[in-house]
Amino acid sequence: MLLFLGRRVATMVLTALCLTFLVFTLTNLPANLEKLAKSEASARMSDADVESWIERNGYARPLLTRYGEWLGLLPGWTRTEGDVVTGRCVGRGAEGAEIPRRCGILQGDWGTSTVFKAPVAKIIAERLAATGWLMLWVMIVMVPASLVMGVLSGMREGSRLDRGLSVFAIASTATPEYVSGVVLIALLASASTGLSPLLAEWGWIEGKTLFLGTATSALDSGITFWNFGLPVMTIALYGIGYIARMTRASMTEVMTAQYIRTARLKGVSFGNVVMKHALRNALIAPFTVIMLQFPWLLNGVVIVETLFNYKGFGWTLVQAAGNNDIELLLACSVVAVIVVLVTQLVSDIGYVFLNPRIRLA
Amino acid sequence: MDETLTWTGAAGTILNPLLMALVALLVLSLAARLLLALLPGGSEGSIQPDGTLAARRNPSDLAAAATRALLFGLVGVFAAYLVTGLVLPGLPAKGILGAASARFLPVWIALVVTFAVSIVFKRRLGLYGKLFDSPVAMMGFALVMFWVFTAAFAPLIMTHDPLSQVSGMKNVLPGTPVRGVEGTFYLFGGDNLARDVFSRMVAGSTIVIQIAPMATVFAFMVGITLGLPAGYYGGRLDTLLSFLSNLILAFPVILLFYLLVTPEIVASGLPQYIGLVLFLFPLIFLTILINSRLYVKPMLRTVLIGLVTVIGGWLYLSILSSPDTPIDLLPPGPLDPVRMQPNILIVFVSVVFVNAPTVFRIVRGIVLDIKTRDYVAASQTRGEGPWYIMLWEILPNARGPLIVDFCLRIGYTTILLGTLGFFGLGLSPESPDWGSTINAGRRLLSIYAHPAVVPALALMSLVLGLNLLADGLREESLRD
Repeated sequence: MLLFLGRRVATMVLTALCLTFLVFTLTNLPANLEKLAKSEASARMSDADVESWIERNGYARPLLTRYGEWLGLLPGWTRTEGDVVTGRCVGRGAEGAEIPRRCGILQGDWGTSTVFKAPVAKIIAERLAATGWLMLWVMIVMVPASLVMGVLSGMREGSRLDRGLSVFAIASTATPEYVSGVVLIALLASASTGLSPLLAEWGWIEGKTLFLGTATSALDSGITFWNFGLPVMTIALYGIGYIARMTRASMTEVMTAQYIRTARLKGVSFGNVVMKHALRNALIAPFTVIMLQFPWLLNGVVIVETLFNYKGFGWTLVQAAGNNDIELLLACSVVAVIVVLVTQLVSDIGYVFLNPRIRLA
Repeated sequence: MDETLTWTGAAGTILNPLLMALVALLVLSLAARLLLALLPGGSEGSIQPDGTLAARRNPSDLAAAATRALLFGLVGVFAAYLVTGLVLPGLPAKGILGAASARFLPVWIALVVTFAVSIVFKRRLGLYGKLFDSPVAMMGFALVMFWVFTAAFAPLIMTHDPLSQVSGMKNVLPGTPVRGVEGTFYLFGGDNLARDVFSRMVAGSTIVIQIAPMATVFAFMVGITLGLPAGYYGGRLDTLLSFLSNLILAFPVILLFYLLVTPEIVASGLPQYIGLVLFLFPLIFLTILINSRLYVKPMLRTVLIGLVTVIGGWLYLSILSSPDTPIDLLPPGPLDPVRMQPNILIVFVSVVFVNAPTVFRIVRGIVLDIKTRDYVAASQTRGEGPWYIMLWEILPNARGPLIVDFCLRIGYTTILLGTLGFFGLGLSPESPDWGSTINAGRRLLSIYAHPAVVPALALMSLVLGLNLLADGLREESLRD
């Protein structure tokens, strides 16, 4: 087990290093740096000025060196002009203290965002917390709903209920977030179409629309059903179908097993067989699927936060990528990659714990 | 000046109350089923004296039968809307639905012909014919072919130019007559640049139907060419390739798109270089395929491989090279027959790049399973070469799951294309593809819903069709 864990963690670290280096390379292409120079210094710089700006700010050195500095493995560059010292780590330590030698993510220094003019670590922490709430509610809605659906349709394969639920599951996997979000807003949060005008006319709702079309207010004035319902539903809908189908497949497999037949023949009632004998074994596979859904949720979060203008992690990623905010984008990708890798690891380990048939030497 | 069209036209006076009644009854019967399903009991059946089982109809069966009849009735009413649209004269009588249905006349004809021919000859058509045994697969196939034919007949169906703007038609509601031109309408309304939503939806189908299946084919070529040896040989090759594919899969798709498709990176030519590598795989695949099969007939083999290399290589260069980009290999003119717009090429490449690792993983998994079978051992004993075994023994036996995944993956590719459009990446903002249109329409979504909802529903129906088709195919291939 320890060896297995060690190998997995080593692969994970290697993957994370490769990926961050890739992102680092792609965000530090000459074109990006030129754009950065123009946005930071002045938009109407000549090519020579741009070059000297890049040179002066330490971007002209080899890529690997800069990657090492960003990681915090190599000491940051410094240059002394007269008695003014400039450098990567200048102004990053505590006030009045000596300039730290290294400043990278290993030292907890993620750099400064050029768009939001604030430390990257602070922005990421705030935005991740916002997204955490969204994810939490999505999980609360999505996991029970999809498990119940999957178990109900898997316990009697081929029944009407099974076919009905399967069609729903297929339809939900065919509806990406940007489609269901748009349709849900048009149905429930539009002043001119869908249900809201009807309800407003009958006097059942106070405002113009039933749900709010944006989730911006959730951050300022707290989460309510009316501002959070649609984003949560939008993300959950896409995942429900997939998890339900996996649960169904696993449930049908268990229900055809010998021990279930034995239990039935002994006279155990169908309900008891499902609840006590089948369920535990049938829920092993969905656990892995749910864990592996996290990277997908990340996608959904980016789309939904953009669509509903909820200033969370996904929204920040889009802002960083769209505005050439190199350090923020790097931090976002580190977080995203870590989320993906950790969920993979957890799903592997969890699978071993849940399934006693698997033993690792 | 024309009147604004109603949704259902003249036929609506009869059909609308009917529709309402059917919907109300359907809701009632569904509620009844739900309640009855919660009650204990069910059709357990009783044993008769002669030893046979008898099941009696219980209320829940009746409710189910009623639901089914009502569903058929609903479908019938919708079909009636479409058919009356074809038959009734004059746009006001047709209504919006009828008028749209009349525009889709070539598609209906093509669909009817396809289905008639396929059902008549279904026993001789192999797996394709088997589709017509399963209602789910038929429904999916109909949806998919609807959009394929729409893409093919797009110039006939469109009522307006998808890019031209008509003054005074900004954000107009569906069925509004076009100002100044008697007898023409914006069937599904106008968008915020006063363009016809209906025509843009139809034009958008062309882009999706052109890119999604081809990109999936390319992803499969890459995945198969790398997945076969990785699974068959195993060892270091497998470790390396699996590590690389996991690397790409660990990226959230949207981040990858942002990294590949932003203007700075496009200007550096990176997507084109990736394309340079990815597009080589179909050529490699075909060459190995021919070489392993015709190894014993050197003459024919050499001729065929020569043909593949020359024609394929020429197409390869022609697809990749575009003027004023880092890869500008062929001079424009007759030497460069395939003119792919640079931004479409980039979208294509990034979609292939995202899909290929997943295909690789699937192929590798299947090969790991199949290579332990007896017939593979037998062919190894016969002395067949490794590539012959991989391509002509293992691959044909892996076709079932691969065909199913192919269908699903076209749907997924469609979703990815929509995602790219939704974030305004790759394609130009005025391009009529569904993702970009949703992106443009979402800003005014809560006031004018139609410019975003129409392409959203179009995209959903195409993907739904592909998923249903894949589901039907899976069941039919399991029955094999």
